[in-house]
Amino acid sequence: MTQEKLERVAGNGLLSRRHLLGIGLAGAGSVIANSALGADVGLQIPSWSKVPGPGASGYGNRSSHTEHMQRMSGNPNPTYPGGGSSRSPLAELQGTITPNSLHFERHHAGIPDIDPIMHKLVINGLVRQPLVFDYEDLLKYPMVSKIHFLECSGNSGSLLAPNPADGTAQSLHGLVSCAEWTGIPLSTLLDEAGIDPTARWVSAVGADAASMGRSIPIDKAMDDVLVALFQNGEPVRPEQGYPMRLFCPGWEGNISVKWLTQLKLTNEPSQFRDETSKYTDTLPNRSSLQFTFPMGTKSLITSPSGQMALNRQGIYQVTGIAWSGRGSIRRVEVSADGGRSWADAEIESHQSDKALARFRIPWEWSGRGAVLQSRATDSQGNVQPTRDAVLADRGRLSFYHNHCIQSWEINSNGGVANVYV
Amino acid sequence: MSMYKRALLFIFSVILASIGFVSFAQDTVLKLGSPISEEQLNEFDLIAGPDGTGFPSGSGTAAQGKQVFDTRCAACHALTGEGTSGNTVLVGGNMHSESPPLRTVGSYWPHASTLFDFIRRAMPADAPKSLTSEEVYQVTAYVLYLNGIVDQNTVINRESLIDVEMPNKDGFIDASQVR
Repeated sequence: MTQEKLERVAGNGLLSRRHLLGIGLAGAGSVIANSALGADVGLQIPSWSKVPGPGASGYGNRSSHTEHMQRMSGNPNPTYPGGGSSRSPLAELQGTITPNSLHFERHHAGIPDIDPIMHKLVINGLVRQPLVFDYEDLLKYPMVSKIHFLECSGNSGSLLAPNPADGTAQSLHGLVSCAEWTGIPLSTLLDEAGIDPTARWVSAVGADAASMGRSIPIDKAMDDVLVALFQNGEPVRPEQGYPMRLFCPGWEGNISVKWLTQLKLTNEPSQFRDETSKYTDTLPNRSSLQFTFPMGTKSLITSPSGQMALNRQGIYQVTGIAWSGRGSIRRVEVSADGGRSWADAEIESHQSDKALARFRIPWEWSGRGAVLQSRATDSQGNVQPTRDAVLADRGRLSFYHNHCIQSWEINSNGGVANVYV
Repeated sequence: MSMYKRALLFIFSVILASIGFVSFAQDTVLKLGSPISEEQLNEFDLIAGPDGTGFPSGSGTAAQGKQVFDTRCAACHALTGEGTSGNTVLVGGNMHSESPPLRTVGSYWPHASTLFDFIRRAMPADAPKSLTSEEVYQVTAYVLYLNGIVDQNTVINRESLIDVEMPNKDGFIDASQVR
């Protein structure tokens, strides 16, 4: 193969996106070629090609060779039974849809075991007629399907700590996932109950042991919120709210109340614990922001990422995910020199509004130190800020809604680590 | 056919068509919710708001609440509310003098209603919704007392709770209404 001339587009080895295509990865071949196959051994027919395997089954399982891919959860807290979270293995996933088994979780009192026949969805408060719905009845309503990310507002909060944690894409940023959600527009059900003109908020409550509640402005409730019954084509899983959850596109995950059982229309927010004591951020002047709903414009390189090791010099595909709670992703730039120079990454075209976008760019690692970063711009023109900019804007008492640029340092041994620049 | 008959036929067909349209529209809008009254939701609706709506009858004092707190709450929150872990601290803190400030019911929570609402729906964590309304009022009074917000014999009920002024009541900005 002839060595194609590599087109460099930014400092420290970033290459033109055209090298992603076809024969573009010339030069990589020579370093990839040292496979496990010894030079004097021919390629043999493997054993699994000589014996019939098991037949079809009622419910599929993944390969036993991929069982290491797991959500990462913290240690159980005896004072918080069932509470906590698990994080998606972002570095091991591709594309933009998170498999349901690996979608992140956040629970406030564990996962309830709900019998859908007994479950009720109530709409009351400032309505013409309070109503109660059965699951079987809701299945008959016209539904819509939308691909949207879901992100916990506490995701990436540890990046605001004074010292960089030795973490992975999963441990630092794994509270984001993306799925196709199918359900009934909330406006359909609210209209059926008849909205009192004085109603300004909708309080949503779940059927978990915490009866977790959040207040949602009526304008959002009537805009794009779903009562979601399906996730990636199958009934919503228990840990995601079976038999139904609220889904508020683009907004902090906690407000998409799982195990949804009540929607109460009110004049004012209900001031639940989880919108006063929690999910609020204190500013330097000691006043605190609440109802900070949309998730910020954000991106993250998932490969290479924290605790990986580059075992050769040569060309790598840098790839990651980008999202915004305010629209679609218009641009992702990547830097290999800690933000001194930037190049546009390729964004896969089938992304939708408030959904994950996958980006890629080729990069030649010379064996010297490098700092990889990505920076997203959304369809509203919002640009992902640096960590310094987030801290300057919000101070050091905030925790939620961090969407700063992630920096991965590659040292001369190929080790990849979370750093602040 | 006379002009008169033609006009009548036209009007008749317009009426028929509009009846057909209306019935079609009704067929396409499902309405499967069953009516229910707010009275029927008394036990189900646990939302106790800052405007005083949604509270049950009943009352309690901190003196009464101590006994419930000691047996049902203190294992996690400790006897005087100082907590046994970061998430279980109920007392202390100062939003203006500490950095970072310890954020507790006393130093941070803007509404007293939230205390009643949260205890009733979610506490004790190992047996949520196992306290009676009287006990929820009593424990609410006791946690306010531990924070020096009410005294030991203040009767907390739906009216008096809403009148309780939390130290950080003016400390929040509704970001959804900004910009």
